[in-house]
Amino acid sequence: MLKTLTAQIGEFKLVSVLTPLMMIFEVICEMVIPVLMGRIVDLGINGGSMEYIVRTGLLMLVVALMGLMFGILGGVFAARASAGVARNLRKAMHDNIQTFSFSNIDKFSTSSLVTRLTTDVTNVQNAYQMLLRMAMRSPMTLIIAMSMSFIISPRLASIYLGAVVILAVIVMLLMGRVTKYFKKVFERYDDLNSSVQENVSAIRVVKAYVREDYEVHKFNVAAGNIYKMFKKAENNMAGISPFMMTVVYSCILLISWFGAHFIVSGSLTTGQLMSLLTYCMNILMSLMMLSMIFVMLTMSEASAKRIAEVIQEKSSLTNPEEPIMEVPDGSIVFEDVDFSYRPGKGDPVLKDVTLSIRSGESIGIIGGTGSAKSSLVNLVSRLYDVTQGRLLVGGHDVREYDMEALRNQVSVVLQNNVLFSGTILDNLRWGDPEATEEDCRRVCRMACADEFIEKMPDGYMTYIEQGGTNVSGGQKQRLCIARALLKKPRILILDDSTSAVDTATDAKIRKAFAEEIPDTTKLIIAQRIASVKDCDRIIVMDEGRVSAFDTHENLLSSSEIYREVYESQVGAGADADFDKKQ
Amino acid sequence: MAENRQEQTYRAGRNDRPRGPAMRGMPRPKVQEPGKLFRRIMSYVMKYYRIQMAAVLICIVLSVLANVQGTMFTRTLIDDYITPMIGQADPDYGPLQAAMLRVVCFYAIGIAAAYTQARLMVVINQGTLRRIREEIFEHMEKLPIRYFDTNAHGDIMSVFTNDVDTLRQMISQSIPQFFNSAITIVSILAMMLTLSIPLTVVSLCMVALMLFMTVQVTKRSGRNFVAQQRNLGKLNGFIEETITGEKVVKVFCHEKQSVEKFDELNEALYQSAFKANAYANIIGPVNAQMGNASYVVVALVGGLLALNKFAGFTVGALASFLTFNKNFSMPINQISMQFNSIIMALAGAERIFKLMDEQPETDDGYVMLVNCEVKDGEIVETKSHTGKWAWKHYHKASDTVTYQPMEGDVTFVDVTFGYNPDKTVLHNIDLHANPGEKIALVGSTGAGKTTITNLINRFYDISEGKIRYDNINIQKIKKPDLRRSLGIVLQDTHLFTGTVMENIRYGNLEATDEEVIAAARLANADGFIRRLPQGYDTMLKGDGANLSQGQRQLLAIARAAVADPPVLILDEATSSIDTRTEKIVQEGMDKLMSGRTTFVIAHRLSTIRNSDQILVLENGRIVERGNHEQLLAQKGRYYQLYTGKSDALTA
Repeated sequence: MLKTLTAQIGEFKLVSVLTPLMMIFEVICEMVIPVLMGRIVDLGINGGSMEYIVRTGLLMLVVALMGLMFGILGGVFAARASAGVARNLRKAMHDNIQTFSFSNIDKFSTSSLVTRLTTDVTNVQNAYQMLLRMAMRSPMTLIIAMSMSFIISPRLASIYLGAVVILAVIVMLLMGRVTKYFKKVFERYDDLNSSVQENVSAIRVVKAYVREDYEVHKFNVAAGNIYKMFKKAENNMAGISPFMMTVVYSCILLISWFGAHFIVSGSLTTGQLMSLLTYCMNILMSLMMLSMIFVMLTMSEASAKRIAEVIQEKSSLTNPEEPIMEVPDGSIVFEDVDFSYRPGKGDPVLKDVTLSIRSGESIGIIGGTGSAKSSLVNLVSRLYDVTQGRLLVGGHDVREYDMEALRNQVSVVLQNNVLFSGTILDNLRWGDPEATEEDCRRVCRMACADEFIEKMPDGYMTYIEQGGTNVSGGQKQRLCIARALLKKPRILILDDSTSAVDTATDAKIRKAFAEEIPDTTKLIIAQRIASVKDCDRIIVMDEGRVSAFDTHENLLSSSEIYREVYESQVGAGADADFDKKQ
Repeated sequence: MAENRQEQTYRAGRNDRPRGPAMRGMPRPKVQEPGKLFRRIMSYVMKYYRIQMAAVLICIVLSVLANVQGTMFTRTLIDDYITPMIGQADPDYGPLQAAMLRVVCFYAIGIAAAYTQARLMVVINQGTLRRIREEIFEHMEKLPIRYFDTNAHGDIMSVFTNDVDTLRQMISQSIPQFFNSAITIVSILAMMLTLSIPLTVVSLCMVALMLFMTVQVTKRSGRNFVAQQRNLGKLNGFIEETITGEKVVKVFCHEKQSVEKFDELNEALYQSAFKANAYANIIGPVNAQMGNASYVVVALVGGLLALNKFAGFTVGALASFLTFNKNFSMPINQISMQFNSIIMALAGAERIFKLMDEQPETDDGYVMLVNCEVKDGEIVETKSHTGKWAWKHYHKASDTVTYQPMEGDVTFVDVTFGYNPDKTVLHNIDLHANPGEKIALVGSTGAGKTTITNLINRFYDISEGKIRYDNINIQKIKKPDLRRSLGIVLQDTHLFTGTVMENIRYGNLEATDEEVIAAARLANADGFIRRLPQGYDTMLKGDGANLSQGQRQLLAIARAAVADPPVLILDEATSSIDTRTEKIVQEGMDKLMSGRTTFVIAHRLSTIRNSDQILVLENGRIVERGNHEQLLAQKGRYYQLYTGKSDALTA
């Protein structure tokens, strides 16, 4: 994991090295200053030498200025390095996601990919900056302050050493306990918040059943529990700061007491005593800082892991060595195809599929949810690879084609389709960037999208909002079909793509297909029998197997499943289309 | 209309809101009347924890004083004890021992005070948060549906999570530290003033210079943080859009274009993130070195004063002044940082109070719904569920109570309504549902079907006209009683975390296990529930994510069945569930509907054909009404829609 991430430091190696270096210089300046301060008091003020004060004062200013310079450089370098690494991480992930196959995407789920690209990167960026600036600074402060103290007085410095050990041990123990406690509390806290979330989205149910008081009572019990758990956890932490104070005060008192003896006996000066007292704070503060860095790094570890996973993921689909660039015709042949989303685990989704579809045929596909209709068609444009058997398109195994060439000639309108923010024309041109406006109009006519587009105030220049929220479901589907048509594909696949389009329009679209693109092979998945009954042949899927493959008339007599679905739809259970008329 | 809006609100809220604790250099949000907000938060704290808060203040003062006297002691240690002993042959450590014992005592008090403060703050902080949380939730539950329809759910959630969290930060850390720093500053300043007024002025000038420089850097940093936030928002938006549509990107081989755009946004974010962080990182070193510079300046000026014996200023006094000066800049920095995070928390508090100040649902109704039985032709109120209901009228003038049987007759008289005053959604709706009748509402999306149902249970109140329920104006019926009399099955099924049993019982909390199971049976849900791993005790999580769409609907029907309401409002699901499940759902609904007045937003021909009345809605008006045969005979809109469908089927 670490290797994958450090590889992304890239051009920011230099600043990444310079930052801790600057921090070290800054710390040195910072450590010199107490010595100079001590001298000003000892030799200048107590010695009554104005000249010495001026001289040392100027020296101190120079050191402070150098410290400032190193501090600023360190800060700027750290910002450069951490922002840069964040950029590289995002890019590495995004670039790799572009090579992902559908099964790679399924494995991560889109929402988790979004989190990894956003929140997780921000976490790592902050941790990296902290690491560069503090991970060197704190131990350096600790070491230098400790050495300085030892130089001034080894005997007194050993008091610090003792304090550091005690503090380190106790803080580690407490931190471990407290973080464990808090992890538990926050889990419960998340539960509380998700129950609020539940309430907000189900508010109509709550109000319809007059359950407001009931919900308030439930919430109050949960909030009371959270209160008790937080109190317990925080009470554990309440001791930390007073304990720190105890250690600091003890150090000050011990140093003062023994320091007094040493001064009186002449082995220490008052200025040195004051420097020692300053180092006391430095040492203990840097120790606190170290424990904080530790906590922060453990917190970002999970994020780092999640990012590395994305970068390391290898696409499960690869282009062949000498790819075929042209799909000769629109024929499709399945030879004993088995398919599983996670090969080796559980039953395959598709079993023993053998089919032969001629170029230019229109094929309907029907079957219940989970009968693997989508899985079947997704194999054709090689969105997934078959687990066993062979799938030929235009006479060649799909794995022999260049993937981009194959997908350009096998056009899929996905089930959960999306439009992107941009004008309607922009969206259509995803199918063919060179398409003229006339081309776009033509495909929109075929997809029956022209009527509503032309009614919009800006016509084809209408801006589609993110997620296509400003067009209705049926309109969205028609635009998606038009977009797919622009590719002029050899094979067109519609995966339940007219479910929100009313039946009359649906029929019109199919009629346009038959008249205008007769040579294109068409695979149409639908819930409605009406959408597929005019097809040349219909595949009936049942639990991953092809249960029947024939014409509508023949299926009515031969396939029980088909007949059952047909009867339920022309009979009492049919959809009323009133809803979909625009 | 309402459906659409509801869908939109599920999207997450603003993502430009700064999260987490205030960072150095981040821009401060604009808050109106910060003083008033602050007082209002403190009033929560003071209401329950007045004494504890006073104790905390005393503790802070004690620990600050203990700390300051420690600093003071450094000077007396050197001047009064060590220096006189130097050179003595037989130094007497007695006085020093006594002085140190005193210091030990002060320190001990300081530590005890710090511990007491920490323990007290836990109670004050968590206790206040608990009360605020409870109060927000309770208030939220009382808000009208309009509030939830017009506010993004993400934003409402964010009040519970982010805003309450920043409040926690503020109460537990910022406020005590703010006081701590303020008291430290005041006491150090007092000490400095007793030592030397001119030197104090010098010292203050240096502090002013330091603050000035900090403000300059913060301003630049703030500007860049805003830019970073904006670029981050843009990039996040792009990521969200393309990753959600990643499969489409792949199908269209659009990867290259997507990478180009991403790189462009990524680069812009990098530039602004670098600048923002760089300026923020500078603040620390600037402050530290300004502190050092201040030390030098004070040493120089003080040296001049001391050596010239100006106004009795001694060398010893200068030494301790320098110590104070060194300890002065830290609390000042602290205060400016705490001030920032307090303002940040106030912005959160503003949102919290905005929610709390929302007008709750009002209820002026007085007619109540009670269980009853009929004895000798008289209606008698009962405590237990009898399956019979009556409206209970209380007459104030005569102080008497009369009962009227609940029948389920619903009338709309010339009802006009709009979600916004400037946009009317329903125009002059007249309808009359006789007891036990099934009324089907059909029409395109946005025609106003859902709106009609929203008005019956008073999720929204009508602007004009009247709605009568058993001839009682629904405004006169107590809202809880009105809603209890109406069972609702919504299109989107919402389930709660809990067992299947608890979810069904939601309809009637008093229902026994047997009654719940009977309801599930009626709804055709019993079959699948028994096949679940733990049957009725199976835990549902995440809105029933472990169930299929059809199963969720069956549970919603069972939930309505156990409530056994006289009137039903059903919103049939349009989502395509497979034919077999759909049949089961349909049968469940049919069983539930029998014998009850039912308003159904219908999508299935079977439901529509069996209805006693069909109302065809278009643009908020009823354009046709009648039963299936009558409407077909009319050869109007309904006929057109219906036969259009039939044509398509037989074509």
